[in-house]
Amino acid sequence: MTAEWEAVVVGAGPAGLMAALTAAQGGLRVLLLDAQPAAGGQIWRGAAAGQRGKAGELLRGVASHAGITVLSGAEVIAAEAGGQSHTLTVSAEAGLSHIHAARVILATGATERFLPFDGWTLPGVVGAGGLQAMSKGGLDLRGVRVVVAGSGPLLLAVAAGLRQKGARVLAVAEQAGLPGVAAFGVAAARLPGKAREALELAAGLRGIPYWTDAALVRANGDGQLQSVTLRRGRREITLACDFLAVGFGLVPETRVAALLGCPVTDAGAVNVNAWQATGVSGIYAAGEVCGIGGVDGALLEGLVAGCAASGQIERLHDSPRRAETQRRFQATLERSFALRPDRLPSPSPATIVCRCEDVRHGQLQGFTNWTAAKLQTRCGMGACQGRVCGPACQTLYGWRFGGVRAPLAPLPLSQLLAEPNTLSPP
Amino acid sequence: MPELTLEGVRATVPPGTTVLAALQNAGLSPLRHSLSGGARGALCGMGSCYECRAVVDGLTVRSCLTPVREGQDVWRLEVNCDG
Amino acid sequence: MKALVIGGGLVGAACADALARHSALNGQRVRVTVLEPGPVGGGATAAGMGHLVVMDDSPAQLALTARSLHLWEALAPALPRQADYHGCGTLWVASDDGELAAVEPKRRAYLAAGREATWLDAAELARAEPNLRPGLAGALRVPGDSVVYAPVVAQFLLERAGAAVRRGAVTELRDGGVRLASGETLRADLVVVANGIGAVSLLPDLPLRQRKGHLLITERGPVHVRHQLVELGYLKSAHGGDEDSVAFNVQPRPTGQLLIGSSRQFEQPDREIDWLLLRRMLRRAAEFLPALEQIAALRIWTGQRCATPDHLPLIGPHPELDGVFLATGHEGLGITTALGTAELLSAQVFGTPSGLLQYDFTPARFDRVPEPAHA
Repeated sequence: MTAEWEAVVVGAGPAGLMAALTAAQGGLRVLLLDAQPAAGGQIWRGAAAGQRGKAGELLRGVASHAGITVLSGAEVIAAEAGGQSHTLTVSAEAGLSHIHAARVILATGATERFLPFDGWTLPGVVGAGGLQAMSKGGLDLRGVRVVVAGSGPLLLAVAAGLRQKGARVLAVAEQAGLPGVAAFGVAAARLPGKAREALELAAGLRGIPYWTDAALVRANGDGQLQSVTLRRGRREITLACDFLAVGFGLVPETRVAALLGCPVTDAGAVNVNAWQATGVSGIYAAGEVCGIGGVDGALLEGLVAGCAASGQIERLHDSPRRAETQRRFQATLERSFALRPDRLPSPSPATIVCRCEDVRHGQLQGFTNWTAAKLQTRCGMGACQGRVCGPACQTLYGWRFGGVRAPLAPLPLSQLLAEPNTLSPP
Repeated sequence: MPELTLEGVRATVPPGTTVLAALQNAGLSPLRHSLSGGARGALCGMGSCYECRAVVDGLTVRSCLTPVREGQDVWRLEVNCDG
Repeated sequence: MKALVIGGGLVGAACADALARHSALNGQRVRVTVLEPGPVGGGATAAGMGHLVVMDDSPAQLALTARSLHLWEALAPALPRQADYHGCGTLWVASDDGELAAVEPKRRAYLAAGREATWLDAAELARAEPNLRPGLAGALRVPGDSVVYAPVVAQFLLERAGAAVRRGAVTELRDGGVRLASGETLRADLVVVANGIGAVSLLPDLPLRQRKGHLLITERGPVHVRHQLVELGYLKSAHGGDEDSVAFNVQPRPTGQLLIGSSRQFEQPDREIDWLLLRRMLRRAAEFLPALEQIAALRIWTGQRCATPDHLPLIGPHPELDGVFLATGHEGLGITTALGTAELLSAQVFGTPSGLLQYDFTPARFDRVPEPAHA
């Protein structure tokens, strides 16, 4: 019998950091895994333990707690649920490791939803959150012209952030209508502590045109993005730019959950109860993997999951009330930025949908489900394993993504050839 | 500051930079060509899309997840025969 | 005439196509319905390598594979581009002089079956496949072997046959028809059982066993091979005893990826990856192709072969059930021999000529062999 961890947390964003710290405070020996080179997740990318605010506080707490082991650059590539002990197989620089854990808390977050349109494969067309991440990774944006387009509150945060890094943000084009966006603004301002944040955001956006009801038509360029064509009402506008930062909301990242057999809702999120427990014994989930709701909801869910996993029920006295507030906010978010078919980009038959295998819209239209289309066209069989085209096909054709299999990420054969380690608690 | 080699050319970049940012700041675009020959660049910036793969010290990695290190030898994927 | 084909994999699709073509040629109208609970070609058809290979374990196997390769060559020009039909040939690689001794008899057998086969010495082998490790003894080159992406071929054949495809699982074979999971009964003059290992749940008495295999496909990368590469010791793995076995078997896909096999395990009905066996399989492959260390695995999956005691498929009338024909038990050769299987089945049903009729592929052969070879 190999030694096992009392809890393994997958993902070191807000939910995962909070869950790991809370579970460790409850006396559990915790392993915190994250695929990125450093903890923080997407929203706190580049955050440092020395900084003020919640991010710094949590990073410090996790780094200084003796009961927590952090493993960055570690990607879960296989997972198997057992009755009492679950097994995760992790790929990291040191090779493959098997990890056995009594409890697993999934805080795998979300990825951006991309929708295909003519020209979206050109270099220069990037994710909205993606461009923000690239900028935090050192991409120089000074004087660079950016158009931000798609849907969701992330677009505004990204626009403000890019401008702060010296980019010239020419416009933010939102597919949702003004009434929805306004309703979201009101709901967001009501959340505790959010009013000031909203004001700061508004200041950061001053002078950037924010167009609601705007549709993305196409990206233009030959081998490199040169301009973007948008539609407002019946008018088409073409803006010359260096980057088009585009995103149509976020998609819960449920692959590890799927391998463990956790049931998923129709909306594609891991189904959890009030204690963040999934349908599989000993497996909890917290944060955006359970539905898109922002950092405050993620922190709360991380706290609940950490408490539930470590049996600290007394700490949860006001969590139902806070959770209700978050749920209402989440519902407003979903309503406000619901994707509207007449405002979404419409691919032409020649538009590539699967970027890895160059499968085009025209090849996919005749199919009725993901598996059949994948088998016949190779859609989703490439390196990204359907991470980009899966959600796109869901929105375009209504197919539910399926067939998640290990390894979840391409794996160097050198790692498979070598003897794997077992990563045990210290 | 780490010094690395981008397609044979030496470059000095600030620590904490990703290999992707180093390639982008050096103007090395496209990062690859697709199966049907289209030019491609990074898309998601967070390890999901696999568009930014590059060969670092002989191994294919996602450059957006790879921090720069002293002495790295970085190449874009071969044109037209990658995926 | 109404025909039901159980199974929308490549064997079922090829049978549907052969039945429909017979009716087109002879004016006897055959209406074919294919019953498949999943997507077309989504079972062993998708799980396999898609290697079209002549094998000579027995005269019957040689005849069936050689005839099938001939039929594939005739079909190839009609296939859609997405079928990825690609004539890369096979190299049967000999590691040492012991294995080398097996090459000449094998070459003669292939020539006698009408298949080209040439001998490569160590230097010629190194030139043909520079990524193979130095020091190998030589190889038998079979240039007529090919690879194909089978799910697309299955879909193509079903469309060409004009067969109706019904989503539905068959739960029972009855006199003159089948019963579906929905409770519905379908009547037919002819029922073809072509659902691979699924046949066991319909006909538990058949001498069929599951034989699980692992496959791995790499990313497109810098390591290239030109031929399907198989170690000459492969037959030992394929036809050896009951213990788990692995063999070196690497295929270049037209996409620039490498498909790596193979493993064999009896009575492992699950889909889980056996990481230990996978490592054994990969180490075997890396012994021949050390450059594999430099590339990455993109996907890994398992599939179930459907094996018979004598490694030959069951093609022909069920010994007891009237109007029921079998086309299953192809083990690792279902893609290769689908076309020969369909030709033989059609010959058995309609009394048309086929050179394959001189070999006994019928299920009844096991009534005459009381001791199955594996027992």
